[in-house]
Amino acid sequence: MAGLEFIGVRKTYPNGFRAIHGVDTSVADGAFIVIVGPSGCGKSTLLRMVAGLETVTEGEIRIGGRPVNALEPADRNIAMVFQNYALYPHMSVFDNMAYGLRNRRTPRDEIERRVADASRILQLDGMLDRRPSQLSGGQRQRVAMGRAIVREPEVFLFDEPLSNLDAKLRVQMRLEIKRLQRDLGTTSLYVTHDQVEAMTLADRLIVMNAGVAEQIGSPLDVYAEPATVFVAGFIGSPAMNFLAGTPVPDGPGVVLDGSAQALPFPLPSSAPRGKVTVGIRPEHLEPVSRDAATLELAVDLVEALGADSLVHGQLAGDGQGPAVTVRVDGALRVAAGETLPLALAPERVHFFDAGNGRRLV
Amino acid sequence: MVENRPWLTVLSHLVLSIGVLVTALPIWITFVASTHPVEVLMSGRTPLWPGDRFIENYTTVLGSGMEAAGSVPVGMMMWNSLVMALMIAIGKIAISIIAAYAIVYFRFPLRMTCFWIIFITLMLPVEVRILPTFGVVADLGMLNSYWGLSVPLIASATATFLFRQFFLTVPEELAEAARIDGAGPLKFFRDILLPLSRTNIAALFVILFIYGWNQYLWPLLVTTDESYYTIVMGIQRMVAVPDSEPVWHEIMATSMLAMLPPVLVVVFMQRLFVKGLIEQEK
Repeated sequence: MAGLEFIGVRKTYPNGFRAIHGVDTSVADGAFIVIVGPSGCGKSTLLRMVAGLETVTEGEIRIGGRPVNALEPADRNIAMVFQNYALYPHMSVFDNMAYGLRNRRTPRDEIERRVADASRILQLDGMLDRRPSQLSGGQRQRVAMGRAIVREPEVFLFDEPLSNLDAKLRVQMRLEIKRLQRDLGTTSLYVTHDQVEAMTLADRLIVMNAGVAEQIGSPLDVYAEPATVFVAGFIGSPAMNFLAGTPVPDGPGVVLDGSAQALPFPLPSSAPRGKVTVGIRPEHLEPVSRDAATLELAVDLVEALGADSLVHGQLAGDGQGPAVTVRVDGALRVAAGETLPLALAPERVHFFDAGNGRRLV
Repeated sequence: MVENRPWLTVLSHLVLSIGVLVTALPIWITFVASTHPVEVLMSGRTPLWPGDRFIENYTTVLGSGMEAAGSVPVGMMMWNSLVMALMIAIGKIAISIIAAYAIVYFRFPLRMTCFWIIFITLMLPVEVRILPTFGVVADLGMLNSYWGLSVPLIASATATFLFRQFFLTVPEELAEAARIDGAGPLKFFRDILLPLSRTNIAALFVILFIYGWNQYLWPLLVTTDESYYTIVMGIQRMVAVPDSEPVWHEIMATSMLAMLPPVLVVVFMQRLFVKGLIEQEK
């Protein structure tokens, strides 16, 4: 078992495209790290650099304190689960799992013991003689995991392993991966674009955007205190509402542009004189009686999900106010055309610099 | 497609029947001729039904009876053809699969140039480059040898291209997974790529075996020693006998025998052949 360290890691492709702009972080032994971000943000590149499938342009990656930049993938003591599983189609399940061990000249009885262990954990017992083409998607996924487990590596690498499964299986496999990782205690690096997977799996979350690690922290910290507008908008579903605001010249509070309404909350001390971006999560706006209201929403559309409903509308004001989404209890009856009074706790409001998108503290 | 146009059906069957007749009739006549004594064939009237000399004619041909007519035993020529066809088929597959592997999986300088040079050789079949090729083979002392018969025909752009196209459809992750599993380039080729190409290799083998077996012009040029005659060119030598009548019944029997191996290869490898052309096992 071993930790994982990134020291000033950069990646520039031969065509000059800079995929990774410098990642510095270290990960404790046995932790589950999830790299999350939109497609093209460099998250897979980072993972492939750890695997040794891409070269590191600058900086150093260490596994268990040992620099691995110059090592072949096979010598890095890692195992990887691919998005399309990459099982060898002409080999049986047993051979798929045993292939890497045979190449390392593991004794025969040792191979058999490890494959038997892995197939028991993954419930693949009766299927060791089958070909991948005779398995269902979920079973193939398990074989791919089994191939990683039998290696007994220092680090597991997962490259969007659940994105080829249907929604129900995805939830189930997500739980299994989490449980498995906890039981094995192996450091894991997991890449996904799904923020639900990211939140549920991670001990530590790395949110990436355009080759930059925008924020690194525990999932709940990232949710509660997003460092940038990008992170705030990416983590959380439905996404956070962003409203442009102008600080009230004298006295606390922000006037929300496009509506006559103001938030009577003090801005953080570092706030600039100019524009700010106000971030409010849909679940933090609470329907209240008219006299307790902070804001008023002209309801436009209601999506009833059962447990709760998403209310879309504009902040009431002169003409077309800024669009806002609110998550309310499913029992609450709201119809389009109504006005919904909303309350908001001061500590739930996020302020960002409108210029560079950074959180104001 | 559901259609109900009786005249079209009649017409299409007519066209197909004529097609079958045009292809099959010469083979039938060859077979019929191979079962008659030579006098019947020399009489000027072509028989349309088999005669009674089937066993005698074929025994003569397969044995050494032809030597009387100044020719080489058919058994030996069949053997030469078989060696040549196998050498060409196996050699072509071996060389082109390795070439395609290099072109698809390795980054080396002038990679695309190499590919295009291979591709351009498609425009240069044996017939076009026959004089210089003959010169090279002669200088290498390969006239009258199995190497001389097969080596110049081994380089194959078609097969290289086919394998390249197949390798491009193999997911890149497979190579990466193998790398992580500690398989070097040769091991990946042997353990993963070669088994995956199995059906493609079989399909190519069928095509190339027939191509090699049917070679006519090249064996005619490089062999002067009778013990290296191949059957397809040997038939021509039997016809062009000086100072005597061609022994038509035996020539026809030889023709039938010459057609047999390609037919057998197709029949026995048909299943793999079709699979290789239409199916990707993934």
